This record gives sequence, C-alpha cells and structure tokens, in this order.
Amino acid sequence: MTQSVVVQVGQCGNQIGCCFWDLALREHAAVNQKGIYDEAISSFFRNVDTRVVGDGGSISKGKICSLKARAVLIDMEEGVVNEILQGPLRDVFDNKQLITDISGSGNNWAVGHKVFGSLYQEQILEKLRKSAEHCDCLQCFFIIHSMGGGTGSGLGTFLLKVLEDEFPEVYRFVTSVYPSGEDDVITSPYNSILAMKELNEHADCVLPIDNQSLFDIISKIDLMVNSGKLGTTVKPKSLVTSSAEALKKQHQKPFDGMNNIVANLLLNLTSSARFEGSLNMDLNEISMNLVPFPQLHYLVSSLTPLYTLADVNIPTRRLKPSLQFISWNQEGWKTSLCSVPPVGHSHSLLALANNTCVKPTFMELRERFMRLYKKKAHLHHYLQIEGMEESCFAEAVSSVSGLIEEYKQLDATLGTPVEDLPRLSVAV
Amino acid sequence: MSIVTVQLGQCGNQIGFEVFDALYNDSHCPQGLCSKRENEVYQESCKERFFSEEENGVPVARAVLVDMEPKVINQTLSKAAQSGQWKYGQHSCFCQKQGSGNNWAYGYSVHGPRHEEPIMNLIQKEVEKCDCLSGFFIIMSMAGGTGSGLGAFITQNLQDQYSNALKMNQIIWPYGTGEVIVQNYNSILTLSHLYRSSDALLVHENDAVHKICAKLMNIKQISFRDINQVLAHQLGSVFQPTYSMEGSYHYRRNPLGGFKDPELYTSWLAPVNAFSAWKTQRAFRKYEKSAALVSNSQFLLKPLDTIVGKAWNMFASKAYIHQYTKFGIEEEDFLDSFTLLEQVVASYCNV
Repeated sequence: MTQSVVVQVGQCGNQIGCCFWDLALREHAAVNQKGIYDEAISSFFRNVDTRVVGDGGSISKGKICSLKARAVLIDMEEGVVNEILQGPLRDVFDNKQLITDISGSGNNWAVGHKVFGSLYQEQILEKLRKSAEHCDCLQCFFIIHSMGGGTGSGLGTFLLKVLEDEFPEVYRFVTSVYPSGEDDVITSPYNSILAMKELNEHADCVLPIDNQSLFDIISKIDLMVNSGKLGTTVKPKSLVTSSAEALKKQHQKPFDGMNNIVANLLLNLTSSARFEGSLNMDLNEISMNLVPFPQLHYLVSSLTPLYTLADVNIPTRRLKPSLQFISWNQEGWKTSLCSVPPVGHSHSLLALANNTCVKPTFMELRERFMRLYKKKAHLHHYLQIEGMEESCFAEAVSSVSGLIEEYKQLDATLGTPVEDLPRLSVAV
Repeated sequence: MSIVTVQLGQCGNQIGFEVFDALYNDSHCPQGLCSKRENEVYQESCKERFFSEEENGVPVARAVLVDMEPKVINQTLSKAAQSGQWKYGQHSCFCQKQGSGNNWAYGYSVHGPRHEEPIMNLIQKEVEKCDCLSGFFIIMSMAGGTGSGLGAFITQNLQDQYSNALKMNQIIWPYGTGEVIVQNYNSILTLSHLYRSSDALLVHENDAVHKICAKLMNIKQISFRDINQVLAHQLGSVFQPTYSMEGSYHYRRNPLGGFKDPELYTSWLAPVNAFSAWKTQRAFRKYEKSAALVSNSQFLLKPLDTIVGKAWNMFASKAYIHQYTKFGIEEEDFLDSFTLLEQVVASYCNV
C-alpha cells in the first residue's frame, strides 16, 4: 500500500485542505470501526505515540493512538493556518510541518514564486523530506492551491519544480482553483497565466477547479434542498457540501460548501487505491490512462450524487457513451470499482475526463491576461521583484498558447471522416 | 504429473482462486454415477496435479501468487484460508507496495528485472515439491500492467530455465468496449512476447463470458466474481485428468472420428488426427454429463485483428507512447510487435 502527502499552499489551499482532512477522518471513522491502524488509513495518516518526544513516536500497527495527517501547510500570512491550529483539527497536524510568514504575498505571483521561493526553499525541502521519510512507499504529492492569488499561485508552483527535482519518481497531482470571471483580485489573470506555465511543465496531472462552477453547484443543491421537491428529504449526512459541524448552523463559513466538494473529489479519487474492490485503480493508473501526451494533463472532474434522497433507484444499465471520442481512442474508458462508498452514500460515481473543453477556459484566461498586459497595467508590481522580467510574461503566455494550439489540433479532427490507416503488410 | 500455477496481477489472482476452488470442489464431489473405485482413481489424479499435501491434511495449492500491490493477494489468501478446505502456501506469494500503473513497460522492464530472482526462487521451490512436473499454468490478463508485462517477462524466464516443461498461458482478453484505455497497446505487446516463449495460449474473452452470464445464466447484475466463476468452471472441466495412476490409457483416447463437418478441418490434417477425445466415467462436479472442447481455430482471428487495428490507429497518432518510452519500450519494440502479430493474422487467414 502506498502513501500520499498533501501540500496545501495559501489561503484557498489551506481552507480546502482543512475540509479534506475533516472528511478523511470521518470516512475512516465510518469504515474502521475497531480503531485499528490499517493500511487504508496509513495512506494519509501516521499513527503517533504523542508521549514520545521528538521523532521516534511512529507506530506502524495495532490500535490507533493519535493520528497525524501526512501534510505540509504553507502560507505566507498567519491568519488561516492559525485558525486551523485553534480549530477542531488542531491535533491532526504536526506543528513541525508548517511554514508561515507574516506579510503575505500581496496577490503577487512574483512575490510568492521568486521572493518567498528562494527565502523558504531550504525549509520547504526539509519538511518535504521529513514527510517522505515517514512514508513506507510514497506514491504521490497532492498539491492544493489557487491560481489567482500570490502565495498559492506563486509559491505553490515554485514547489512543483522542487518536488520534481527532489522526488522525480513521485507523482505530482495538483488541484488548482481557477479564478472566476468576477474575481475581485485584479491581477488574477497575471498570476494564473504565470502559474499555468509551471503547471504545464512540472505537474503530472492537474485537476482544474472552476470557482463559478462550484458556486453554481451549491446554488442548485440549496434550491433542491429548500424547495422540498416531491416531498423527498435529503439525508443530512449525505450532503457532499457539508462538514459535520456546519450541519448545525444554517450559515457556514463562506466557501465551506464549495471547498467540501473539492475535498470529496480528492477523497473519492483515492478510494480505489485505499480500499478493496473488484477492479482496483491506483493513482499511477490515472496518469497512465488519461494523459496521452505529456502536456495534455488537465483532467475535468464530475461527481455524483451530490446528495442522497431518501429512496434512490439505481438503473442497472451499462453506461452508454454519447460522448465524442477522438478517432484513435474510440473506447477511451478506464473503469474502476471500489467496494467502499463515501460517507453517507450507498454508492457514488466520480468521472475524470481529459477533454478539450478546457480549451475555452484557457482561452478566456489568456484574453483577460492580454487586456491587462497590452496596457502594461500593474506590471510594475511584478517587474520590481528581482528575477522578474518582461520575458517571464512572454514565455508564460507562449506556453499557454502552445497548449491551446495542441487542443485546437485535436478538436480539428472532430467531424472529419477518418479512415483507418493502412496496416503493415507482411510476407507469410 | 503436477502442474505449477503462477497467478499474476489482480485478474490472475482473482481467477486463480476460483480455479483452485472449482478443482477442489470437483474432486471432492459425491461420486455420482460411477463406481467407488473409479471415483478414487479420479480423485488421486486430480489432487496430485494441483495440490500438495500438508501435515494437518489440508491440501495446499501448487501455486505462486505474484502482484505488485498487496490488496488482492491479501484478499485471495484469506478467502482460501476461510474456506477451511484448501489453502495457499504461507510463503508462496510475492508482493510489492506499488502497482504497475497499467503500464506494460513498467511491468516488463522495471518490475521484471528488479524482482526476477525472488519470483523465480518461489517458482523453483514449488517445482521441487513436485514428484514429476508436467508444466506451468500461467494466469494473467492482457489489459493491465502486472499480469501483462510482468507475465510476459516471467514466461520468458520460464522458457529459459525450464525449457523442457510445457508452459500454458491463460490470457484474459479485455472487454471490447474498454476497461483500460491503453489495453490495446498492452495486449499487442503481451501477445507478441508470449508468442515467442509460450507453448500454448488459452484465451478467454471477457465479452464472451459476460454473454454467458447474461444470456445463459440470466444473472442480472454481473460482477467480476460471476465472470471469474464461470471461467473457473470451464477451466476445471478442461483440466479433467487424461492420465491416471492406472495407466495412460485409462481415460481412453476414443477416436470417434471427430465432427462430421469438413469445414472444421484444414486440408493438411485428417480429421482422425486433428481431433482427440478423452472420456471419463466420473462426471465433472455435480453434472450427469458434461463436455468440454478446446480448439485451435480461426475463432480468434476477428478479435485479434480488431485489437491490432485499434492499437495501430492509436500508435499512428503517437498517443501515450511517452508513457512506454520512459521505461525503455521504444517505438521499434511496438513495430516489432505489430509485425509479428500481422504475420499471425495472415497465417490464420491462409488456413
């Protein structure tokens, strides 16, 4: 069984990370009734005897003593991390696995990447190495961050290069929250495009998350729940958007519902690797099957159900695709079956797709970038940072354009009749 | 005359368990319509082939279990132990922590050489337990990474080390609608390598077995367990003994003259030579009568052709190739595989 380490960077990354750990604990509590530290739990948690001072406290089997998350928390301002450390999850985090600063990155990718990158490189390396040492067989780093700000975007992507150099055989799965059109951070297009170049080059798989879509999902659920449609009741534990505490209050922290969806996505993704099933799927299989060309590693995700009604009827037909597959991959399905459903659900389906539908999102992002860049608006904030030049911007947008071009070429094959290529003819 | 089974990957191990279970249940079935003596002879022949005797009387399967991640092997071992009737050897498994990622190249070029010694040692130990080794039965799928890639590597090793023993590979042909996206690549690489080192490839198509479950057995929600059990049932009847302690003609080779239809035979082999039948008095499991047929025919030509065609189309677009080249399988290796398989297709066409 393998382990994964979660690296949460910036405000968004840490808030989503918090929801993730809360959900992970609830899931394992539901599955692991006897409190034994087993291989499934060990993928995300260490078992530690807290009475032992220093590093010697790890326990590999037997009863659960104290669970510590395999996580590194990074933020360049203290507010969010401090809140986590005072909240209900405080005992889950090892306070040696934190890196914080005071002033924040000012929504500036260059500050996050260049300034804090070089300032904290040694510390980051040290914490990552520590977390890797605690793993028997480390398979994957999950990086959670947003693209629009400064820390998550800049320092988060700086990390990717460090991980690639230091742990070349370990997969880098990045969950990136892309800014919506009405994002209130003016420089988010700059930050996003600069970050995208790094994602193109150093990530194995990216799960792009669109804030607007998450918001729409929440609204839809709220509507369903509040309208009391057809007299059905929503089972409280089954809301993908809720965390256990928030059920009691009507108004959760803003973004909590949205963050919970992402947390569900990440947990669901790793279920098959942690629990048994008749057709297992490991994380390395995701990369193998869904990434046909190295740069095209953006996977769109969808999750169902988002809430469970009191009575659910599952139709027993096999999925019939009405999707448009590319000509050389007409049956481009990879299926996996896991016996353990998420908390509160009897069944669940996660779909990951490598779909050219990401192209318009990237094109829009580039459009917003160009509107600012043509006017050189706010550029001085970036250029005054040591190591930043205009060429950085040019290279970044060129990288994104290259990606868009690759998707365009694949799209162009749609609708054109494709003949099978002539096969090899051999002498018998 | 014993057979050592090597179960590789999730598929190989899940099926392997069902096969041993079916074989055990068959040999311990009530004797039905045959005589007691007959039944005893049958049981003797069956047991010796697939099971060895343990001190406390519980038969131990002559099997080596190999997988690159632990979940399936753990499940398989505990299911066998729970049955209370037979079990796997305590030290018969080889396991790692991280799977092959559905990557043939990883199974063949990384896991193969890295774990060659311990795996071959396990097989050697199992061989030494046999009075007389008849051959190897290797169970693997073609679509994944361990069964397919590591399976091809191990079969090659068996060819080198035990050139006199027969090797039969049970390969599972994946669903045509796709279980693994790169299954066509993995399949053609597996087949081309097995062609060079295996003596016989016994093929089961997931689609065909699925149809049996749906149409003939009317199972509503077909799980892999159902599929594996049907498969094991078929294999069990194929493995009915042809030799016994009483002598090699005990299960008479009974030349019935074969099937009457001339279309079934090639021009260069007379029906009386092309067709062999063995008959036993003792029925398989609880049936009154049963028959099993194994044939080498053009039956697999269409599926083979389809897989080669799809893999070729994908190869032409160079999709996923970087996943293989990073572990040492280059484009030339793909081309070699395509060439070999096109020759096989052409040979079958010419029959």
